[in-house]
Amino acid sequence: MQNLTNRSKVVSDKKMTFLEKIYLPAILRGMSITLTHFFRKKTTINYPEQKREFSQVYRGQHVLKRDELGRERCTACGLCAVACPAEAITMISAERKPGEESLYREEKYAAVYEINMLRCIFCGDCEDACPKEAIFLTDRIVASQYQRKPFVYGKELLVEPLDPEKRIDISARQTDAVRKFKENKKFAHNK
Amino acid sequence: MDWTLYIYKTIFLFIILLVTLLVAMYSTYGERKVAAFMQDRRGPNRAGPFGLLQPLADGVKMFMKEEIIPLSANRILFILGPSIAMTTALLTGVVIPWGGMITIGGREFSMQIADLNIGILYVFAMVSIGVYGIMLGGWASNNKYALYGSIRAASQMISYELAMGMSIVALVITTGSLSLHEIVQQQHGFHWNIFYQPLGFLLFLTCAFAETNRAPFDLPECETELVGGYHTEYSSMKLGFYLFAEYINMFISSAVISTLYLGGYNMPFIHDLGLSANAVTLLGTAFFFLKIFLMIFLFMWIRWTLPRFRYDQLMNLGWKGLIPLAIFNILATGVIAYLTELF
Repeated sequence: MQNLTNRSKVVSDKKMTFLEKIYLPAILRGMSITLTHFFRKKTTINYPEQKREFSQVYRGQHVLKRDELGRERCTACGLCAVACPAEAITMISAERKPGEESLYREEKYAAVYEINMLRCIFCGDCEDACPKEAIFLTDRIVASQYQRKPFVYGKELLVEPLDPEKRIDISARQTDAVRKFKENKKFAHNK
Repeated sequence: MDWTLYIYKTIFLFIILLVTLLVAMYSTYGERKVAAFMQDRRGPNRAGPFGLLQPLADGVKMFMKEEIIPLSANRILFILGPSIAMTTALLTGVVIPWGGMITIGGREFSMQIADLNIGILYVFAMVSIGVYGIMLGGWASNNKYALYGSIRAASQMISYELAMGMSIVALVITTGSLSLHEIVQQQHGFHWNIFYQPLGFLLFLTCAFAETNRAPFDLPECETELVGGYHTEYSSMKLGFYLFAEYINMFISSAVISTLYLGGYNMPFIHDLGLSANAVTLLGTAFFFLKIFLMIFLFMWIRWTLPRFRYDQLMNLGWKGLIPLAIFNILATGVIAYLTELF
């Protein structure tokens, strides 16, 4: 049989030699090993002060994007809610009134848009399903809470700020490949 | 009546008590740090700078915990157990010479609370009573794991106290005294007993590990087999007392080992520095504490290196390994002492 590692040893029950019997050399060797570890670099990352870099395409807290003019992109079509395997998304749609053109991009918009972060499994299917490139997952972490209620994120937490300076950067996820995928008419929602 | 002496002794007693508690407290912190470092971790570093307030936080936690005495336990013995463990652990510090003579207001005082002429025997007596704390606590809990733990503690103590006593006999042959003060005085300069009794030192060290229930001899608590061992049923500060007593024992046995084998407060070449008498004494005490801390580090180092003995291995090592070696050590020391006296 082929060995899986080169570290395997044949075990034997031979009588221990005198040096092995008095244990001391073995103990000293063990102690030297622990001592080298004592001065070795620590593997721990001091979390709140020191953060590990996320992957470019990390799937964390969602964002509802605005377009260049600051209008909400979401049209409350409900495809994300249908795509969601955890059924974490709910929404109520409303019709855009005259004079609200600067707020919403299309005639229909989401009056209520809620994601239950306790149900969400951060798979990114909502992002795939969205025909308007309105919802994206970002590298932000959903904050912990003491109650369940605050985990249901409404529009005030999901929609990105109006201020162009404070827009959420999703360029890592919204690549050309993603745009091409969205234009592919093979998928029903792109027709 | 010599009132100044009484006042001095009382104050010194309190200082020793406080120092013992402080060192034991920070040993818990040290233990966690050492363990962490040897496992490539950082250890406690959140409470205060470098986590230095961690022992306080732990203490507060222990006091705040719910106090549970099992209904089927024997109430009196259950409470007596940790009390004995704690008391005897603290009592041993009395006979240890913490330093030489110190001059306060033109009078010389000894930095030792009680210079008993049978100091070593006193230490042994206290250590032996200490095991009753574990035994009674485990037995009174009315829990099979606790009982197992206390039975193991008892048999381990009996086995290893023999070898420990015998290694001391050899030491007494070379020093000719049972008083700790005199033994330290004889190790003046660099004439430490470890050089005259290397085998005895090794035996004593091994037995000290066993007596303090430290790894690799921590079978009485042995969390993988016996839940918590003798303190399975304990909670709150009673558990705290048991755990704390272990650290005090570690400190005291480090002090005893340093006193008996590593020259106590003797520091080589200390008199060549040209310091005043008091400074020499204090420097000696500091050096003594340095030795103690190194010994405590050794205790921890061993604990995080070696796996626990199996019960039969423990008994084998004790009865077939250490006791014959100790007897051989006595014989060899005796013969050499006799021959040097003859010629």
